[in-house]
Amino acid sequence: MLDITKDDYIRVTNLDKRYGHADEALVLEGINLDVRKGEFVSILGPSGCGKSTLLKCIAGLEDISGGHVDTFGRPVAGPPEGLGMVFQRDMLLDWRTILDNVLFTVELKGKVSSEMRARAKAQLARFGLGGYEDKRPWELSGGMRQRASICRALLTDPDILLMDEPFGALDAMTRDDLNVEVARIWQETKKTVIFITHSISEAVFLSDRVVILDRHPGRIVEILDIDLPRPRELPLRETPEFGRYSSHIRQVFTKLGVFKDA
Amino acid sequence: MRKKTSVASRYLPGLLTLVAAVVIWEVAVRAFEISPILLPSPVAVWNEFWRAPSFFLYNAGVTLTVTLVGFLLAVVFGILLAVVIVSSKTLERPVFSFLVALNSVPKVALAPLFVVWMGIGPEPKVAIAVMLAIFAIVIDTVLGLRSVDPDMINLAKVGRASKWQILTKVRLPCALPSIFAGLKVAISLALIGAIIGEFVGSSSGLGFAILTAQGQFDTPGLFVSLALLIAMGSLLFNLMEAIERFSIPWHTSVRSH
Repeated sequence: MLDITKDDYIRVTNLDKRYGHADEALVLEGINLDVRKGEFVSILGPSGCGKSTLLKCIAGLEDISGGHVDTFGRPVAGPPEGLGMVFQRDMLLDWRTILDNVLFTVELKGKVSSEMRARAKAQLARFGLGGYEDKRPWELSGGMRQRASICRALLTDPDILLMDEPFGALDAMTRDDLNVEVARIWQETKKTVIFITHSISEAVFLSDRVVILDRHPGRIVEILDIDLPRPRELPLRETPEFGRYSSHIRQVFTKLGVFKDA
Repeated sequence: MRKKTSVASRYLPGLLTLVAAVVIWEVAVRAFEISPILLPSPVAVWNEFWRAPSFFLYNAGVTLTVTLVGFLLAVVFGILLAVVIVSSKTLERPVFSFLVALNSVPKVALAPLFVVWMGIGPEPKVAIAVMLAIFAIVIDTVLGLRSVDPDMINLAKVGRASKWQILTKVRLPCALPSIFAGLKVAISLALIGAIIGEFVGSSSGLGFAILTAQGQFDTPGLFVSLALLIAMGSLLFNLMEAIERFSIPWHTSVRSH
């Protein structure tokens, strides 16, 4: 019997995911993962390991082929209430202003109150987007657009924040900047976050735990606790402790044949 | 910042080309002394129009009305059909096969049948205009509705949007650029449909005026109707472009134009 306590926000049990029926189409195999309330978990793996698919199964956006996915102690059937999601690309709607984009998910639930509008403006300001409320997405840089999309995901105050490789398309400097931003947001809000990435340093920098996935089929190789002090700032990445975690993960991937030589 | 293109710089090159063509035409007719039965000069066409302006304008109005009614019906039903095709896997194939079959029939061949069914009033002309215009609208709207980024839909789903909300707040706005591409083709096709309808049986409209002029070897009169058709077609197309620019100022095709 599964014992789903209240603190188990997300519980994935023996999850299989395949497209079609053939065995070679198995994308994810035997995934077991519990995420506690307020935990920051990164899922790290090479491209094609099914990490985005895993996230979409947790979000209720993909059907699962075997096993169970529970959020808040209930089996997932479609996206549950209290979920926020950030995608690989910012998914801002070009015909809306930045403010209206941020209010998009609120608007789906009914009329937008003036209080909510004020809150959206305040949050945009906190994300360094004050004064951009009435701009259109195309007038912003890639980093600012992704900030706006994180802002949108947080505005409904979700309990769980799912981030699907949100910074993969950004340049390295913007990426560092946003990593610090995400670390700060997590510090302030203590949201339960699942963060998909293929960057080792990003995963180590942000997470309490890093889940390492292998590919073909995607399965969990190791779950690594990251015991680094918080709040975290960029200089942390130059410390020997940080380096030890990174090189450990690199060795795991080398053993899996993801990297050609050690 | 975006640069606003002035009205003059948008339309001037086109107008100049038109004027040049008319001038060359006039000069050629005079230089080679071409018979007005074969090719009347622009001045002769102009004079012919002013001989009976109300006759030509009335018939142009009839054709314009049929075209617009046909076009609007095609827009409504075309977009509805596209939504049905995109939303229902069961209905997709039957509806699509029916449309393709319908589109394969030469409309000229159907026109007599429509006259039998609906008489010689405006109804059969409107029907043919709809049939000609609707296919382009359906094809382009389906393409637009299907080209929405899956994560855009996922975003709405995570926000627990209803199917209706996904359609109206995400899919349709995303599809607008494609829809407008279809509308611009369809508006010209609706005009062609109206003329085909008028050719087969009517007592008014530019199609009727063309047939009458032909019967009387009144080539200048025929050219007046042709000129009015060209003017009407161009105006309608430019009107659609203006509506497009107004409706989707955010789209790259409009912004960079």
